[in-house]
Amino acid sequence: MLAFLIRRIGQSLFVILAMAAIVFLGVFLIGNPIDVLLAPDADQAERAQAIQRLGLDKPLWQQFLIFLADLARGDLGKSFVHGTSAVGLIFERLPATMELALVALVLAIVVGIPLGVMAGLRGESWVGRSIMTGSIVGFSLPNFWFGIMLILFFAVTLQWLPAGGRGPTGHIFGIELSLLNPAGWPNLLMPALTLAIYKISLVIRLAYAGTREAMLQDYVRFARAKGLSRSRILGVHVLKNILIPIVTVLGLELGSMIAFAVVTESVFAWPGIGKLLIDSIGRLDRPVIVAYLMIVVALFALINLIVDILYSVLDPRVRLADSGN
Amino acid sequence: MTDVSLKTALPQEKVETPFARFVSDYCSNPVSVAALAVVFVLIVLSALAPWIAPQDPYDLTQLSIMDNMLAPGERSMEGKLYLLGTDDQGRDMLSAMFYGLKLSFFVGIVATAVALAIGVVLGITAAYFGGRIDTVIMRIVDLQLSFPAILIALILLALLGKGVDKVIIALVTVQWAYYARTIRGGALVERQREYIDAARNLALPAHRIIFRHLLPNCLPPLVVVATIQVAHAISLEATLSFLGVGVPITEPSLGLLIANGYKYILSGKYWVSVYPGLLLLLTILAINLVGDRLRDLLNPRLKA
Repeated sequence: MLAFLIRRIGQSLFVILAMAAIVFLGVFLIGNPIDVLLAPDADQAERAQAIQRLGLDKPLWQQFLIFLADLARGDLGKSFVHGTSAVGLIFERLPATMELALVALVLAIVVGIPLGVMAGLRGESWVGRSIMTGSIVGFSLPNFWFGIMLILFFAVTLQWLPAGGRGPTGHIFGIELSLLNPAGWPNLLMPALTLAIYKISLVIRLAYAGTREAMLQDYVRFARAKGLSRSRILGVHVLKNILIPIVTVLGLELGSMIAFAVVTESVFAWPGIGKLLIDSIGRLDRPVIVAYLMIVVALFALINLIVDILYSVLDPRVRLADSGN
Repeated sequence: MTDVSLKTALPQEKVETPFARFVSDYCSNPVSVAALAVVFVLIVLSALAPWIAPQDPYDLTQLSIMDNMLAPGERSMEGKLYLLGTDDQGRDMLSAMFYGLKLSFFVGIVATAVALAIGVVLGITAAYFGGRIDTVIMRIVDLQLSFPAILIALILLALLGKGVDKVIIALVTVQWAYYARTIRGGALVERQREYIDAARNLALPAHRIIFRHLLPNCLPPLVVVATIQVAHAISLEATLSFLGVGVPITEPSLGLLIANGYKYILSGKYWVSVYPGLLLLLTILAINLVGDRLRDLLNPRLKA
């Protein structure tokens, strides 16, 4: 287990290093590094001073090491627009995005699993077929358009829900969260559903396939022969077995939700890191773009690491196969 | 005499080619047939856009700002009918949608074709030669696939700037890895077969074995992935254009049309984003349904 852990953590660090190199090359070579790190209205003397201070007269590999050192210290420069630390800005906005992604994740599980299991049990009936067709529609829905349609229907026509923004929040350990304040829940509902719709379809598919496979297994037949109630067979025996792949996939999808929040947050003006990224791209606020990339890469590496470790705990075959090679 | 009897015997015994069986299998599901028909009609409509659209939405001389934001079914000052209304620049929505769909298809198909070519060459090379080449190519594939496509495309476009060509570059960069992984999986199995050994024993050059012998036998799963990736590419292009990093404002794709209408949603002027969105949904849904059916038919595990 220890060898597995060490190697897996090494892999994560390598991914972060590789992405750091790509971001460094992308932003620092394609764009002029002075433009990246200096406000656009800086004069000639400031430019010359900056070139020396940033060590841009040094060879590329030395510059990369400096970039890595800055990265390790968590200092990626100041935002041109906000005038504060770029890394600080990201961390300030991160709770809003994480909250949105987590609520969407819960929605995906709560809505997706029952529908998927139901479709799996009645694959041939009209109920099963409409659920599965619905999941294909869910896959095909352009995410941003779905969000706009929700706004049109629930905010403009019916006027039940606010069209955007975060609404009132509660505080815990200095972090602002909408979940802690019931007055903020209506604001959370539509963005979370928009972010969740693709994952709901995904969970339906996984639960459907899992249920169909599980119902043919001997342990289900045996449980039935033992006279167990249908709800116990489904709720305990089947659910336990279909849950492993769903948890794994959803764990990995948490990362893609954080990335996809870029779209949802833009539609609903949700003040998370996704909206910050789009605004920064629009205003060429490059320190913030670099900071976003590096933090999200680290976040992804961390999520993948946790999922892999959990998976090897849940399923010993993974661990054994890995150390066998 | 035997000659004659053979000739008369053959036509009666109807020979069903694998392709004919595949076509009849596909047609046994009415939804799949309808989906294929919709895809076909949409492609034809978009190809014919310059001839059937009531107006050229790129030609500024045909636009009249006086006609802006007309509701569906309203007429202009000169009595021109706007079936689906107009946008904020007085563009006929129906025409703009035809042209937008054309651009969406163009971007989706070109990006998929280029990514397919790159992915196939790299993936099949990795599988055929194995060893270090395989490790390096697949490590890059793994690294790339561990990050969401939207994020990679977004950052690339933020660096490159707007433009149809740049969107295609971004989509190719995002997609090639899927094809590389798919074809490598198939090619690893096919590589063990006797016909590859036979071709090797004939001392055929590697490129000939790879492209004439190995490749045709690895195609089926690739067809499925490519079909679904066209839908993916169209959806991604729309999303990027909506976010303002995709196609330029002078050549609106469906995503950009929706983005234009987004501003007017709160005032209840729904048509500018509802109709392009419906067309986009229909396009993606139809391609996905075709891809889904192909996956069912071409998956050997389900055939047993």
